[in-house]
Amino acid sequence: MPDSANNDLSTNKKSEERTSPARYQRLRRNITILTLLVTLVPLSFIAMFNYYVYQGALKNEIVTPLKAMVNKTKHSFELFLAERISAISFIASAYAFEELAEQFTLNRIFQVMKKEFGGFIDLGLIDSSGKQVSYAGPYRLEGKEYAGQPWFQEVQVRGTYISDVFMGYRKFPHFVIAVQHIDPSGQAWILRVTIDTKKFNELIASMGLDASTDAYILNREGTFQTSSKYYGSVLEKCPNCATPISYEPTVVETVDAQGNQILFTYTDFDSAPFRLVVVSRRSEILRSWISFKSETFFVFVASVILICIVVFKLTGLLVRRIEESDQKRELAYHEVEYTSKLASIGRLAAGVAHEINNPLAIINEKAGLMKDLMSMDTAALDMKRFQALTDSVLNSVERCRAITHRLLGFARRMDVTIESIDLNDVLREVLSFLEKEALHRNLVLTLELEEGLPSILSDRGQLQQVFLNILNNAFDAVKDGGQVAMKSWECDPDHVEVSIRDNGVGMSEETFRHVFEPFFSTKKGYGTGLGLSITYGIVKKLGGEIKVESKLGEGTLFRVILPKRSQQEGK
Amino acid sequence: MKTGTKVLLVDDEVEFVRTLAERLQIRGIQALVATDGTEALQVVEEEMPQIVVLDVMMPGLGGLEVLHRLTENHPEIKVILLTGHGSTKEGIQGMHLGAFDYLMKPVRIEELIKKMGEAYEAPVNPSQNR
Repeated sequence: MPDSANNDLSTNKKSEERTSPARYQRLRRNITILTLLVTLVPLSFIAMFNYYVYQGALKNEIVTPLKAMVNKTKHSFELFLAERISAISFIASAYAFEELAEQFTLNRIFQVMKKEFGGFIDLGLIDSSGKQVSYAGPYRLEGKEYAGQPWFQEVQVRGTYISDVFMGYRKFPHFVIAVQHIDPSGQAWILRVTIDTKKFNELIASMGLDASTDAYILNREGTFQTSSKYYGSVLEKCPNCATPISYEPTVVETVDAQGNQILFTYTDFDSAPFRLVVVSRRSEILRSWISFKSETFFVFVASVILICIVVFKLTGLLVRRIEESDQKRELAYHEVEYTSKLASIGRLAAGVAHEINNPLAIINEKAGLMKDLMSMDTAALDMKRFQALTDSVLNSVERCRAITHRLLGFARRMDVTIESIDLNDVLREVLSFLEKEALHRNLVLTLELEEGLPSILSDRGQLQQVFLNILNNAFDAVKDGGQVAMKSWECDPDHVEVSIRDNGVGMSEETFRHVFEPFFSTKKGYGTGLGLSITYGIVKKLGGEIKVESKLGEGTLFRVILPKRSQQEGK
Repeated sequence: MKTGTKVLLVDDEVEFVRTLAERLQIRGIQALVATDGTEALQVVEEEMPQIVVLDVMMPGLGGLEVLHRLTENHPEIKVILLTGHGSTKEGIQGMHLGAFDYLMKPVRIEELIKKMGEAYEAPVNPSQNR
């Protein structure tokens, strides 16, 4: 049993907590936090996941073609340079020094080269001492000495030489390719050609870049070999181009001198001191990424706002509903409590009426007899007789008064007042209402009240109601001639206990489970089903506990444990 | 109602039942007294009253139990129930058990005598609506 009692007990406690506004605030807060957590966390997770996956995919999609394009263009450049070098090598091998030294032959060769390859500006033959032996081109450079120049040293060491782009005498950007040839007789000479960088620009243009993308060639020192759209023209120094040498296309995300975010893609040439650079504006190339980012962000923020609004509204609505229904329930409970009080008063009234009617009947007969005697014969008037009759009337009136006083004392204590109470006194008083019924039904009432039971702080009226309810149930449970035993004792230093045992019908398991539930009644037709539920509520309110043990056909034991100091007293 | 009618008054309130008997005697009705159920049954056997006025609520053998035995053994005896209880439940229960009528305490003596007269005149063993 204690299970169901504890259940009831805790719900009762809850119902008291439920009414405090702080509890609803807590409930609202908890529901809101929980709902926001379970909605926003997965949403954020998905948004972030999306962000990174899309970012990765998009970058790959942009970077890979960029690298491919840069690589392809680098090959075009290298091919272009290799063609020139092999053409010059061919001429150096195909002709003897004497043939080339002849101005006419050299001119003819130069014309063929210009026609077949394009981009050649001039062609010169230099002997091993560094003197230009013959020259074909627009300038008068025969006899020019190159012996002291670094490129002359280098071509003698490495066989070929490709210069940086420079202006030189010619006043437009060009570069030099020199090839040394050593014939079987050991004679060495050098063919030196100057090539216009127009071809470089053509190669860059053939990349088909969009308007915002910049591409240019740098030398190893970071000087522009072709003009850049944004960073300067030929032979100017490139700002912050210091990146490590890489013969594979490499993409670096960086910020340029103007503060633009750029994708810096570059590769160094294997066979020439050049580097191809493609600079893409991040804002342009990643436009779809940025728009995805802002769209995602917008959708995310909108969702969060929407979820927050819905959660707050719904939670508010939900909690308000709960609050309302709690209030309704509370109201209903109070109504029920009131009804039950009225019902127990009604029962009390019926019992009291019976007790008053008996002395009234005596008064009626005594007074009637006096009237009879007076109307008969004056001689028969016997003062002593009359005195006995009036005494009897007065006695009956006294009886009535005792009853009405007791009743008034009971009714007066309907309001909650905490006072020091002798529990045995209360038990005796309650029992006095039921003594007549016990007498008439031959019930055996056993009272075992502990002498010197410490007085407790509690509410007298409510205790009366509790014990009256339990005793009424006990009386209803027993047959005529049954037994009801009441006991009181100090069960521990802080509590006193009252037990009420009957040997009545007892409870079935079903009844036992519902014994404290409101509106559950076995008294078909005349019970409200509220008595014990109210009793439970009262005992709980007084800080006590109520326990039941019962066996069908053998009887029931109610135990009420009350604290010596009521909880309400503290409030 | 004929004089010489024998009436048995049964009630555990001695003062009440004795005084009522005396008043009935004054009015020429022979009134016997019993203060509990067992005594009442005994007196019935000895005196054979025509009418029994019976209190419902009595310690020991209760009014309804006495009524039950009377209607079984002496269906010719008319029983008038007296009740002090506020509810009419027991009265109706008594009527079902074969009582002639029931009256609420306190009762006016004229009313009681009138009711006893009716009971006396009534045919023996009236239809028992069971």
